[in-house]
Amino acid sequence: MPLGENSIAIHTENLCRHYRMGETLIRAVDGISIRIIAGEFVALLGTSGSGKSSLLNLVAGLDRPTSGTVVVQESDLAMLSREELAKYRLHTVGMVFQSFNLIPSMTLLENVELPLRFAEVDRGKREGLAKQALDRVGLSARLRHRPTELSGGEQQRASLARALINRPQFLLADEPTGNLDSQTGTEIMNFIREFNETLGMTIIMVTHERTLAERYASRMIFLADGKLVGDQSNVLSSISGQVRGGGL
Amino acid sequence: MKTYDMAELAVRNLRESILRNSLTTVGISVGVASLVAMLSLGIGLQQLAGRRLQKSGLFDTVVVTSRRDLRGFNREQEENGPAPAESPALNESARQQIAQLPNVLEAYPDIRFIAELRYEDKPYLSMMAGLPFSAKNNDAFDGMQGSFFSSDTASEIILQKSFAAQLLGKTPKAGSEEASVTELAKPLLGKQLTMKYAERTATPSTDMAAAKDQANSAEAKTPAGSAYSVVSREVTLKVVGVCDLDPDSMRGQARARIFMPLKLAQNLHVMQPSDLRDTTNMANSTPAYTTVEVHVKSPTQVQAVEDAIKKMGFNTFSIVDATRSLRQFFAVLDLFLGIFGSLALAVASIGIINTLVMAILERRREIGIMKAIGASDGDVKGLFFAEAGVMGIFGGFVGVALGWAIGRVINLGTNVYLKRQHFPPEQIWFVPWWLVLGAIAFAIVVSLLSGLYPASRAARLDPVQALRYE
Repeated sequence: MPLGENSIAIHTENLCRHYRMGETLIRAVDGISIRIIAGEFVALLGTSGSGKSSLLNLVAGLDRPTSGTVVVQESDLAMLSREELAKYRLHTVGMVFQSFNLIPSMTLLENVELPLRFAEVDRGKREGLAKQALDRVGLSARLRHRPTELSGGEQQRASLARALINRPQFLLADEPTGNLDSQTGTEIMNFIREFNETLGMTIIMVTHERTLAERYASRMIFLADGKLVGDQSNVLSSISGQVRGGGL
Repeated sequence: MKTYDMAELAVRNLRESILRNSLTTVGISVGVASLVAMLSLGIGLQQLAGRRLQKSGLFDTVVVTSRRDLRGFNREQEENGPAPAESPALNESARQQIAQLPNVLEAYPDIRFIAELRYEDKPYLSMMAGLPFSAKNNDAFDGMQGSFFSSDTASEIILQKSFAAQLLGKTPKAGSEEASVTELAKPLLGKQLTMKYAERTATPSTDMAAAKDQANSAEAKTPAGSAYSVVSREVTLKVVGVCDLDPDSMRGQARARIFMPLKLAQNLHVMQPSDLRDTTNMANSTPAYTTVEVHVKSPTQVQAVEDAIKKMGFNTFSIVDATRSLRQFFAVLDLFLGIFGSLALAVASIGIINTLVMAILERRREIGIMKAIGASDGDVKGLFFAEAGVMGIFGGFVGVALGWAIGRVINLGTNVYLKRQHFPPEQIWFVPWWLVLGAIAFAIVVSLLSGLYPASRAARLDPVQALRYE
């Protein structure tokens, strides 16, 4: 894959996120500089407390850096206003979480429709779009169910549908299979890969399972104590992709 | 987020914890209800007082005097306007002119004179006054014994209690208790009194010689050659009522203690003090009045009517200033009742703040999720704001209904009490439309203000922190 300047989608420069916990200063992200190219499937790996989720939150625009820059599609997130940051989260990135984070009082359809409400999409169009998104993840039969009535896999599929509803270029996943058994985990990962391959979405996935990363990601970034400790492209995933593409 | 979506989400969120939000809404309702009940009571009392005052006839009355009397009520009136000698006479045509002014109910001459009455062969001197038939509704006659005049020309009189006591020789000594009206009325009702008075009769100029010869007569000559005689007359009058209160209280020193129908008083052509003066430039056939009393439709129009009469060249007097201070009193009363009513609403608003702050704690994660998927601070703030507003709307409507019901119950209870005390029922409670709409609007505004802090707190919530809670 060419490393041309024009195809760089995410670029962090000496990115830091420090915070104080009582007397001690915690360096959750400590001087990370990375470039992520559009269309890459990046796995952020590390033990718990290594700063991978903090880095993801910075890229997601949920958190602001203490210092350094995080530039996504040529806009520095640190410079955006709260309002602009909300727009960024609404349109540019989609997020999935380990604990699914669906709103329990709403049906699946309403959950998936919610970002469309924030995006002020017409009422008439919303339901159709949400149904389409749920259909894509195989949940057309569960539209009126509440999250608690569904299995973990189904809930994560619904949250994938919600992440995709505003057609973002980036999918940010924080341990998306962490609460699932391996079979449903694989199911979810296959959806994510599909979005990467067919929709051309750039994926950043936080995980602590190296095997999972090796199987799906095209690039693995290793973090420890908030610092970048390794960055390698993954040959295995392209092989497995070819194997899968070969009809196995 | 669009407003409609915001409202829809707010309603569904409120339904999620229906018990807590209903209780909060009930809190608002009680606040609004107490506000409505207090204010409707204040307004009702004001209206009651207004009705009472209207009935008393004091506040809707303008007293008109001729400038020729040189008895203006204040210096300002004496100095402004036409000179007394050039000002119009207060006669029948002037009275009719005044009666036709807008908002004037009636204008009648004030006829009062000192007469000698004989009762059981003893003479009594008293001021007498003519009362228009409309005075029947005056609340001064509320506790009257006997009845009002049977007609406007009946030879009947009503006595003021103090005169009745005098007739019976029961004038109370200072400090001792007054005799009751019932007691005084019993021996007097239906009794005949003989009144001696000075009649003023027109004398054609051609009959002047004849008139001159008449005994007990005085004579005056006008420039036009007409004249009148003053003849001593007697008339028998029947006592039909004895009143407790003083229908003539506004008069001070000149107040009468015996009242007769106005038409009868007019027909008697009693010599008036102003007659002597007016003979110099008036035809004798049209008597001039000392005073004309004008009844205005409502106290608020008194000033305008007064101004119109002043323009005609007469002096006027009214107790408009007294009504002004009365209205001021009720404005202050309403204010205080409103403040007390609002206290409950203030407590309710603390309830709203509490409920919404609790909701933030409870829905921390939900807020975090919404922010993560793209909700702006404004969206989150709007959502909480809308929830407060919806509670305010519901609370406002229910509260007004509740307040209305409370007012009705208070009214009912008061009337039961009044009935037991043998008083006529009264409407002491009134809910005008502006109060209904105002109370609902107030409830919404208070709720929104209460939602301000929780909403901005929710909006400021850090999504990373909010999502960390598992």
